[in-house]
Amino acid sequence: MSVHLPVLQVIFPLIAAPLCLLVRNPFANWLLATLVSWLTFAIAVLLLLQVLDAGVITYALGNWVAPWGIEYVVDELNAFILVIVSGIGAVVMPYAMRSVSGELPDRQISLFYTMFLLCLSGLLGITITGDAFNVFVFLEISSLSSYALISLGRHRKALHASYQYLITGTIGATFFLIGVGLLYMMTGTLNMKDLASLLKPLSDSRIVLAAFGFIVVGMGLKLAVFPLHLWLPNAYAYAPSVVSVFLAGTATKVSLYVVLRFIFTVFGFEFSFIGQPLGLALLILAISGIITCSLVAIFQIDVKRLLAWSSVAQIGYMLLGLSFATVIGVQASLLHIFNHAIMKTGLFLAMGCVFLRIGSCRLEDLSGIGRQMPWTMAGFTICGLSLIGVPTTAGFVSKWYLVLSAFEKGWWPVALLIVLTSLLAVIYIWKVVEVAWFHEPSDAVKAVSEAPFLMLVPLWIVVGANIWFGFETSGSVDVAAAAAKALVGTVR
Amino acid sequence: MSGSLLIALSILIPLAGAGLISLSARKPNQRETVTIITAILLFAVNVLLAVKLFNGETLILEVLEPIEGIPVAFTIEPLGMLFGLIASFLWIVTSFYAIGYMRANDEKHQTRFYACFAIAISATMAVAYSGNLLTMFIGYEVLTLSTYPLVTHHGDAKSMRAGRTYLGILLGTSIGLLLTAIIITWFLAGTLDFRPGGILTDKASDGMILLFLGLYMFGIGKAALMPIHRWLPAAMVAPTPVSALLHAVAVVKTGVFVVLKVIVYIFGIDVLNASGAGEWLMWIATFTLVMASIVALTKDNLKARLAYSTVGQLAYAVLAGSLATQWSILGGSMHIAMHAFGKITLFFCAGAIYTSLHKTEISDMKGIGRVMPFTMLAFLIGALSVAGLPPGGGTWSKWYIALAAAETRHWIVVVALMLSTLLNIAYFMPIVANAWFVPMAAKSVGAMTAPVEDKKLREAPLFCLIPICLTAVGCLALFVLAGDVQTFLAPMLDGLAEKGLSQ
Repeated sequence: MSVHLPVLQVIFPLIAAPLCLLVRNPFANWLLATLVSWLTFAIAVLLLLQVLDAGVITYALGNWVAPWGIEYVVDELNAFILVIVSGIGAVVMPYAMRSVSGELPDRQISLFYTMFLLCLSGLLGITITGDAFNVFVFLEISSLSSYALISLGRHRKALHASYQYLITGTIGATFFLIGVGLLYMMTGTLNMKDLASLLKPLSDSRIVLAAFGFIVVGMGLKLAVFPLHLWLPNAYAYAPSVVSVFLAGTATKVSLYVVLRFIFTVFGFEFSFIGQPLGLALLILAISGIITCSLVAIFQIDVKRLLAWSSVAQIGYMLLGLSFATVIGVQASLLHIFNHAIMKTGLFLAMGCVFLRIGSCRLEDLSGIGRQMPWTMAGFTICGLSLIGVPTTAGFVSKWYLVLSAFEKGWWPVALLIVLTSLLAVIYIWKVVEVAWFHEPSDAVKAVSEAPFLMLVPLWIVVGANIWFGFETSGSVDVAAAAAKALVGTVR
Repeated sequence: MSGSLLIALSILIPLAGAGLISLSARKPNQRETVTIITAILLFAVNVLLAVKLFNGETLILEVLEPIEGIPVAFTIEPLGMLFGLIASFLWIVTSFYAIGYMRANDEKHQTRFYACFAIAISATMAVAYSGNLLTMFIGYEVLTLSTYPLVTHHGDAKSMRAGRTYLGILLGTSIGLLLTAIIITWFLAGTLDFRPGGILTDKASDGMILLFLGLYMFGIGKAALMPIHRWLPAAMVAPTPVSALLHAVAVVKTGVFVVLKVIVYIFGIDVLNASGAGEWLMWIATFTLVMASIVALTKDNLKARLAYSTVGQLAYAVLAGSLATQWSILGGSMHIAMHAFGKITLFFCAGAIYTSLHKTEISDMKGIGRVMPFTMLAFLIGALSVAGLPPGGGTWSKWYIALAAAETRHWIVVVALMLSTLLNIAYFMPIVANAWFVPMAAKSVGAMTAPVEDKKLREAPLFCLIPICLTAVGCLALFVLAGDVQTFLAPMLDGLAEKGLSQ
C-alpha cells in the first residue's frame, strides 16, 4: 500500500469529485469531501516522513518506466508543498459545511464540492508529478475548476472576476504549454529529470531560452507576480469565502513551486541565475510588488480585497528570497510559502465567519464586530500580527530568515526594506483591527452572534498553528532548509 | 521554590489575573479583588526573587527556541530586578487608586481596563527579566499592543487619534529601527544574550557602533527621546491611572530600562566609550531635557505639563547611558526608581484633582490646597523629588548623573542639568504656591456645585488618597534608602569595569 501513496495522493480527490455529482446531497457531499481531504492530508504527511527518512521517492504510473511513462517524484520540496496544500484543504473542509450552505443556493452545493475536489487534486497533481506535460494537464484541471469556483460567488461581479481570471489564466497556461513544447522539440522528452540532463549542453540555444521565458512568464501569470497580478484581487474578493480561503493558501503557492522546480531542477541554477539575469529581474519585481501592493492594500475598503492585495505583496517576499539565489534565501522563501499559507488562511477564514454573519466584508460594516464575534476577531488579530511579523508568531520567523539572507548577501537596503514594508502591513491590518474592536457597533452588527462552532474550530486550529510555528520552528525550518539545500545545494 | 519557577510565575500570575478579570466582567467587586490579589501575589514573588538574587543565586529560565541560538530566555540581574520590584509594587498602589478613580468617574469598559492593565504588567515583567534581545523585544511589543486599548479608553475621536499616534510611533520605531538593530546585532555578534561587558567587543567598527546606537536609541521609542516623543503627550487623553501606568509603572520605564540595558549589556560601556559614539546621544539627551522642560512651562493642562516633564526626565536616564561611566549608570538606574515614585505621585494628584473638583487646567487650580491639603502636600513632595531636590529621592539620581558629567569633563552638560532643575522648579512650584496661597477664584470652582465659602475638605475618595500618600512617603523614603538601592545594584556596577564602586 505504502508504495502506492504518491498516486493515491491524487487519485482519491479525483475519484471523489464525480461521486459528489452523483450523490447530490449536501451533507453526504460534505462528509465525503471532508474524509477525502483528511485522507489526502494523512497521505501527504506520510510521504513527507518517508522522504525525510529515506530520500526521494519515485513512482512510475501504470508501471510505464520513465522517461516513456509518467513518473511521480516526491522529494523534500514537493512533499513540503503537498503537506501545505492538503493541510489547508483538510482544515477548510469542516469549515465549508456552514459557510457554503450559508452562501450558495442548495442546487449549487454539489457542484461546489465537485469543483473543490477537482481543484485539490489538480493542485496536488501539479506538485507531485515529475513530468513537464503532466504539470500542464493538472494545471488545467485546477484552473478550470477554480474559474468555476470563483464564479459561484454571490455578487454579480464574481462572474466578471472569474472571466478575468479565465483569460489571464489561459494565457498563462498557454505560455507554459508553448514553453514545454519548445523543450520537447529540443530534447524529445517531457520527463523533468531527463530534461535536466539533456538541457545541460543546450544552454546556449535560443530556443531553450525562449522556452525558459515562456515558462517563467506563464507561471508568473498564475502566480500573480506583480505586475501580472491584476486578476487576483477581484478573484479573491468576489469568490465564495471558502474558495478565497483555499485559493489564497494554495493556488499561488503551487505556481511558485512550479517556478522553483523549473528554474532549479529543469533548467538548473547555472542557466537560470548565471546565464540569465533572473535574480535581478525577480528582485526588481519583488520589491516593486511589495511596495506597490502594500500601499494599495492600505486604501482598500473591502477587507477581502485588502487581504488579496496583501497576498500579492506577500508573494513579493517569497520571490525576494528566491532572487537571492542562496540556500538561506530559498529557505526563507519556502518558509514564507508555508507561513503565509497559514496566516492568510486564518485571515480569510475569519473574514468568512464575518461574511456568514453580516453578509459583507466592507470595513464600514465591520465596526464593533469584535464585541459580537470576539473569537473570530481575536483569531483575525493574531493572524494579522503574524502577517506583520510580530515575534512569537510564524510570520516573524520567515521575516527573520528573509532579512538574514539579505544580510548574508550584503544587501543592506533590501533588508531594511523588508523591515520597513512590514510597517505598511501594520497600517492595513490595524485599520481592520481598530474598526472591529474600538468602534461602536452599528445596529446591524449588534444583531449578530458569534460564528458557528464548526467554523471557529478550523479558524483556531490555524491560529494555533500561527503561534506554534512561531515558537517551535524546528519542523518548518528544518524541512524548508532540507528542501532549499536539495534545490540550490546540489547544483552549486 | 526554584528560581526558574518563580520567574515563570512572575510572568504568568498577571496573565492569569487578566483571564480571571475577564471572567468576572459582571461582578465589579470580584474583578477588583482579583486585581488586587494578583498584584500582591506578583509583588511577593518578586520579593522572593530579589532575596534569591541578593543571596547570589543565578536565576535563569529558558522556555523555547524559536530560532536556533535565540531561545526565549529570562535572566535576572540587579537592574531588571529593581525595575521588576518597582513596577510590581506600584501596580498594587495603582490598582487601589484605579478602583477609586474609575468608580468615582463612572468610567466604561472597566473590565477591559483591568485586563489590559494586567497583560501590560506581565509584558513589563518579561522585559525586566529578559535574558536576550528577542525576549525583550517580544515583551516590548506586547506592552505596546496591550496599552493601546488603555490609551483609547474613551473611544471618542480624540482618543482614537491619540491611539493612532501612540501605536504608529511605538510600533513604527520598534519594528523599523529596533528590530533592524537586533537583526544586525545577531548577524555580527552571533548572539543576542545580555552579557556583562557587552557582546559587540571587536565585532563592529566604530562607524557601525555609531549606526547601531542610533538604531537602538531611536528604535526604543518608549524612551521618548526627541523627536520621537510625540506619542507621550498624545497619550494624555487616557484616564489618569493609565497615565500613571504609562509614565511611572511600565511604559516609559521600560523604555529607559531597555536603553540602559542595551548600553550596559549589549554595547558595554568600554566599547561605547572607545568608539566615541555616545557623544551625539549625549547632546540629543541634553537638548531633550532642556527643551522638554521649556515646553512644559507653556502647558496649562496639568497632565500635558506632567507629560512633557516626563519627556525631560526620561532624557536624564538616556543621558546617563550616553555618559557611560559607573556613576552615570548608577544614576540612570536609580533614576528609574526615583522618577517612578515621584511621577506616579504627581499623576495620582492630577487624577485626584480631576475626580473631586473636575479641574484639568493649572490656571483653574488656585486655592485648591485649602480643600485638598493632603493631595497638594503629596504633590509638593512628588514635585521636589522629580525636580531632584531634598528631601525627595530624585536628589540622588540627579546627583550621580551630574557627577558623571563632571567626571567626564562635560561642563556644558552639567550646566544644562542645573538649568533643567531650575526649569523643573519653575514649572512645578507655581502650581503648589497658587494652590496654597492664592484664594480660590469665585467662578472657577469647577463643574461641581460647591460654594466658594465651603471650607470643608473635598479630597478624592480614600481609595485614591491613600495610594497618593503612600507614594509620597515612598519618595521621602527613597531619599534615605538610596544607599540600599546602590548596594542592590552594586553587582551590576562592579561588572562594568575593573575597579568597583566601593573602592
